Amino acid sequence: MVAINEIRQISEYEWEIPKSYRADMQVPVRIFATRSILEATIGDRSLEQAVNTSTLPGLVGHIAVMPDVHQGYGFPIGGVAATRYPDGVISPGGIGYDINCGVRLLASKIEIDAVADQLKDLSIAIDHNCPSGVGTKGHLRVSIVELEQVCRMGSRWALKKGFATDADLRRTEEGGRLEGADPAKVSNRAKERGRSQIGTLGAGNHFIEVDVVDQIFDDKSAQAMGLVEGNLAVQIHCGSRGFGHQVCSDYVKDFQRAVKRYKINLPDRELVCAPLNSPEGKSYLAAMRCAANYAFNNRQVLAYYARQAFEEVLAGKVKNWGLFQVYDIAHNMGKIEKHDIDGKIQDVCVHRKGATRAFGPGFHGLPAEYRSMGQPVLVPGSMGTASWVLVGTEESMRRSLGSSCHGAGRTMSRKKAKKTIWGEDLFKDLQNKGIHIVAGSMAGLSEEAPQAYKDVDAVVETVTGAGIAKKVARLVPVVVVKG
Amino acid sequence: MVMNMETAGFIEIEHTADWELKVWGSGLSDLFEQAALGFLTLTGMVLKSKPRLSRTIELQNIDSESLLVDFLSELLYLSEVEEIGFDSFDIRMNGSNLEAIMFGAPIDTITREIKAVTYHNLAIIEGVGVLEVRIVFDV
Repeated sequence: MVAINEIRQISEYEWEIPKSYRADMQVPVRIFATRSILEATIGDRSLEQAVNTSTLPGLVGHIAVMPDVHQGYGFPIGGVAATRYPDGVISPGGIGYDINCGVRLLASKIEIDAVADQLKDLSIAIDHNCPSGVGTKGHLRVSIVELEQVCRMGSRWALKKGFATDADLRRTEEGGRLEGADPAKVSNRAKERGRSQIGTLGAGNHFIEVDVVDQIFDDKSAQAMGLVEGNLAVQIHCGSRGFGHQVCSDYVKDFQRAVKRYKINLPDRELVCAPLNSPEGKSYLAAMRCAANYAFNNRQVLAYYARQAFEEVLAGKVKNWGLFQVYDIAHNMGKIEKHDIDGKIQDVCVHRKGATRAFGPGFHGLPAEYRSMGQPVLVPGSMGTASWVLVGTEESMRRSLGSSCHGAGRTMSRKKAKKTIWGEDLFKDLQNKGIHIVAGSMAGLSEEAPQAYKDVDAVVETVTGAGIAKKVARLVPVVVVKG
Repeated sequence: MVMNMETAGFIEIEHTADWELKVWGSGLSDLFEQAALGFLTLTGMVLKSKPRLSRTIELQNIDSESLLVDFLSELLYLSEVEEIGFDSFDIRMNGSNLEAIMFGAPIDTITREIKAVTYHNLAIIEGVGVLEVRIVFDV
């Protein structure tokens, strides 16, 4: 376990585990944290996992660790690693099983005071319209041919089918579609799992939340995003469902052989990887992009269902019940990007596992109205607590591989949460706070209790204090729907 | 959650974000069976009383740990796609091959979602008359 006296303090918000810490490290580990967050982080194995990650062949720069970091498998959750393209490696476990798990934020012109009496109905309608829960099938079941179109087209499939608008796609990372997706590199099992899960939320920490914009910190950016204090917004948090889980499982299995073939020694088998320019690396990248596109499309279809729920409940009661897209962003993803590493612009494969891209102002991939302010960064809090809308900065490009935090980050194990927090008590507690909650199971609810997470406000203070993101708005929940 | 017998069993252990099982058994077949029962318990899966059904699977991989991931992944796949679960097993291991006859039924209810079976720090450790392994499940 890494001890605090082995970590060098760079600034109030930045720390380093030097390359000399362990002989097999290829790059140092940089941690964005306050002292108290760092001390809390040392309680689990996340920093050891970050050190393990720093041994991957072809890494450049440093491993960036976000303040919401916590123990995962292989990579820590909240870790960012960049490998040289094309001769560095790609690691499926470094992107995660839920490929392109991410968050979508929709905003509205609906004032909370006008709909306070409709919130319960809204929670019921969202739950009814948006299929959720363990293994739940969606309203759609597509053929394999159609599924392969989803793989190639991402959210454009939803647009073609009437589930999206052009504006939705424009305000989605990569326009809701990654180039280079090849369904031929995806197993039949993954396709079978994916056929019936388009437009489903899943379970675990995935949710749909109706929030109120509580506070604005940056008027100009909030205005560009359409965020107005006192108005409703909707967050959708989910990923690529069984399709993505199977894609990752298939390639983690295949890469167990690949590491032997390429004579790659690793401290943990979950870190298996293959050179990006190898047949195995190319296949995984093409399959991962299919899953990423599946996830963009999944959140898009769920957004359509959420809009239907708003219409069912609010049509005739308020003037404008529409939900318009603010942004949709991945936080489990591998992307080929250009970064300035040690003063040289390089093509790299950035692995973000529980971390959000946070590109600064001027990035051409952003919609015109966002280009001068930087890319929106969506940071959902734990259940019943605040969420944040941030924007990326030039500093994030320099210091955190164009990345920022993705949430609050767990501090308590699921086992302990189940033992110490009763789902029924939590349910009542949230209701007493005026939050309408619909949950698939009380056990699932207790595992996701806010007490099991870090304080999201402290996490956001850290990334903004470090300068790798800037505050735009704070949201507070009024409806929570969980699988 | 503990299934604690002298020679074979499983117990859930602390993991910040995911689920981790410690599993032990007197031999590989025993160990795999306990891992499968642990998987069943973790998911909160309840099977219908009938119709009972059986399924035979054959797996091959580079080592026992990889076979264990394959075996549990098979159970995960069948639970999601065919909505069936298994609570009794006849497992035969031969080097890097596994043959299992699995007995079960359609799933009545399932309360917790497992996304995948991971290889994180996966190593089957041999003690005195017992094999032990820790398995992390992504949730």
